[in-house]
Amino acid sequence: MSIALETRNLEKHFGGLRVTRDLSLKVFTGARHALIGPNGAGKTTVINQLTGVLAPTSGRILLEGQDITDLPVHARVLRGLSRTFQINQLYPDLTPLETIGLAVSERLGRGGDWWRRMGTRDDVNIEIAETLGRFRLLDVMNEATSTLPYGKQRLLELAVAIAAKPRVLLLDEPAAGVPEGERKDILAAVAALPRDVTVLLIEHDMDLVFSFADRISVLVSGALLTEGAPDEVARDPQVKAVYLGEAA
Amino acid sequence: MTAQTDVAYHARRHGRWHWSEIAFWLFLLACGFIFPSRYLIMTEVVRLALFALSLDLILGYAGIVSLGHAAFFGVGAYAAGLLSAHGIITEPILALVVAGLAATVLGFATSFLVIRGVDLTRLMVTLGIALLLEALAERFSDITGGTDGLQGIDMQPLLGLFAFDMFGKTGFFYALAVLFLLFLLARRIVYSPFGLSLRAIRNNPLRAAAIGIPVNRRLIAIYTIAAFYAGVAGALFTQTTQITSLDVFAFDRSADLMLMVVIGGTGYLYGGLLGAAIFKLLQVGFSTITPQYWGFWIGLVLVVIVLVGRARIHAAALFLPNLVLRQIGGRKAVVALSDSEAP
Amino acid sequence: MTSILTNLFDGVAYGMLLFVLACGLAVTLGLMNFVNLAHGAFAMAGGYVCAIMVNQQGWPFFAALPLAFVASAVIGIVLERTLYRHLYARSHLDQVLFSIGLAFMSVAAVDYIMGSSRIFINLPDALQGQFDVFGVGIGRYRLMIIVICGALTALLQLVLAKTRFGSRLRAAVDDPRAASGLGINVPQVFAFTFAFGCGLAGLGGALSAEILGLDPYFPLKFMIYFLIVVTVGGSSSITGPFLASLLLGIGDVAGKYYVPKMGPFVIYTMMIVILIWRPNGLFGRTAAR
Repeated sequence: MSIALETRNLEKHFGGLRVTRDLSLKVFTGARHALIGPNGAGKTTVINQLTGVLAPTSGRILLEGQDITDLPVHARVLRGLSRTFQINQLYPDLTPLETIGLAVSERLGRGGDWWRRMGTRDDVNIEIAETLGRFRLLDVMNEATSTLPYGKQRLLELAVAIAAKPRVLLLDEPAAGVPEGERKDILAAVAALPRDVTVLLIEHDMDLVFSFADRISVLVSGALLTEGAPDEVARDPQVKAVYLGEAA
Repeated sequence: MTAQTDVAYHARRHGRWHWSEIAFWLFLLACGFIFPSRYLIMTEVVRLALFALSLDLILGYAGIVSLGHAAFFGVGAYAAGLLSAHGIITEPILALVVAGLAATVLGFATSFLVIRGVDLTRLMVTLGIALLLEALAERFSDITGGTDGLQGIDMQPLLGLFAFDMFGKTGFFYALAVLFLLFLLARRIVYSPFGLSLRAIRNNPLRAAAIGIPVNRRLIAIYTIAAFYAGVAGALFTQTTQITSLDVFAFDRSADLMLMVVIGGTGYLYGGLLGAAIFKLLQVGFSTITPQYWGFWIGLVLVVIVLVGRARIHAAALFLPNLVLRQIGGRKAVVALSDSEAP
Repeated sequence: MTSILTNLFDGVAYGMLLFVLACGLAVTLGLMNFVNLAHGAFAMAGGYVCAIMVNQQGWPFFAALPLAFVASAVIGIVLERTLYRHLYARSHLDQVLFSIGLAFMSVAAVDYIMGSSRIFINLPDALQGQFDVFGVGIGRYRLMIIVICGALTALLQLVLAKTRFGSRLRAAVDDPRAASGLGINVPQVFAFTFAFGCGLAGLGGALSAEILGLDPYFPLKFMIYFLIVVTVGGSSSITGPFLASLLLGIGDVAGKYYVPKMGPFVIYTMMIVILIWRPNGLFGRTAAR
């Protein structure tokens, strides 16, 4: 089994606070890997380090065997690493069409093209249409993102990450804050991801975790408590103790 | 397939020339024939418009707040002046391009400073650079002519054919042609994927990087391009007025620019042009009322506009014209300013 | 050697004056993230009030100084409640535009009312001339500045560190949302602090008439210096701007003495270099917003 994403002894300190402790995490290719843990365990910090938003204090990060620890954010994306944010990070003034269009252009290496008008490349247009369709965003493709309902925004957040055709996808609480009725769209989209894409998922919703993941890592206070197949983790008394009192 | 054609249609829609744009440019051209006694002031508006356009490129599209844009204007102005005064390049158009390139070099060199830090740092660095250049120009007054200005600028005929005349006719059409050509280029850039990536960076730099946009590279590129535009505006100034002095670096110029951009709006390219025209009108108007204290009224206009809110003023200003347009052209004909509140 | 000490002395005096002038701006920026380019106008107001009271009304200099403080503080409160308050949530660009507009208005207004030439304040005899201490020229006026500004700085530090208001202010600067969650009336803290900062600026303006020169263009001429102090010093403490002011004061005086041809050059270059190296200022940190 090849390793798609790996950290080696990852450490992150904020002043005297040790937020990530000696984390050595391995995510296998094609895995559906979930990272869970109580609030404040440092899960988003790990994602931020994996993507390059935060620089680790020490330790290495490898993407498909290549050391990416010193690469800037956008370079990692071009190598196949993509993410969604826990709080939507979208462009308020841009439309879904423009948002997805930009992601596709960048991926195809056409993002720096300053001469051709937007919308004149057929290959880009086809992909935009396909992605918008898959995420049920065709009907709102011309509305400014800030005017869209939250559920659609969350779908767009997911769509943008996927438009980059990543080989490794990091999802930070994709269903967070989405009203009950719109959740299933998100869940369906996540389930429909192609099998060859490796997915690392942070989630609090245990139903989603257990229905989706084939491997779970439990993070507590920045360190790995335990990891393994879902049923093993569910039975682990330490995990239960950590979650005691938290709604499952 | 309909989804795809839909996408293509909508993506291309914004880039299309609106009939009001064509009307605008024809009107500008017509001014050259309608108001033959006002060439000098119209040329000034055209130059200011180009200068404002250059700021719009970085402010309205990339979200960079710069208080020192006069630095590029000044470099372009002095470069053109020196090229002419020392007879290095006598053909004006060539000199214009070279002067613009001089400003571009400065823009590129300083762009690295500008992409770091927060708003205030950027403000200070841009202002600092402009002031530094002003101090330099004063220090080397034997080259620059100091406060008296550069002497001996004598413009040769354009392309060897069109001589600069006393009334400013050649100057006006020259400036207008330059403005139009550079505007076309800016329009092309803005409606390209590159332009869209700039707007994305302005909206959310974090997300932009997360989809693979090399944010810093793009910002450096647009800043450098904007420096070229500002440099050309400065060179035009020297060429059409045949004079240049320390004033080109003055903070007042950057402040006036801010006002133009506030009045006209940013992020839709025409803001700078409209703002320049209205600013000039205001300036002339206030100067005739109070020649010495017109700065007070300009300050008041700034304060009021900001307090009331630019979006509301634009909506109010467009109310009547849109009413008329709706009668003539139907609902789709209204002019809407894309609302881009700067970061 | 003596010239070095004299320059050092002058530089320190200049630096402390700059600090008193600029510290209000530092707090405004640090507290409400508000870029107020009209800060110099409040300084100018205090300076002119002092000048009028001393020159025309015959008040003693040391009595007019507190009045300069009060006058600027009052103007500050009025403007804050009526105008500034509406702009706290706006973009930095809007704040810059607004305050530049105010600055222009103040310059023109003072020019209209008081005329455009530089104004001098009649100083008492005790402040004229200088002592000679081991060959080092100690200007009396500059000595007074160091004493007054030094006392003010110490007082400020005391208030910030030891009083309840001080801790509320520090909490509000550190994280306004958390602070109001703790029951701190952040708008009130700010209004008071803004007024106080304006008052200090006014006092500084009165003190600077002799050294920097007071004329209607004061807000525009010296705005850059205040901004340099605040950006280089960072806005999350007052020690940052204090040290930055000293650095700036000494650098400027030394620059003008040792490399006179390069004058303002030195300051601007120093600032650009420092900001490249530390974009948040020498002592700043990105505050939680």
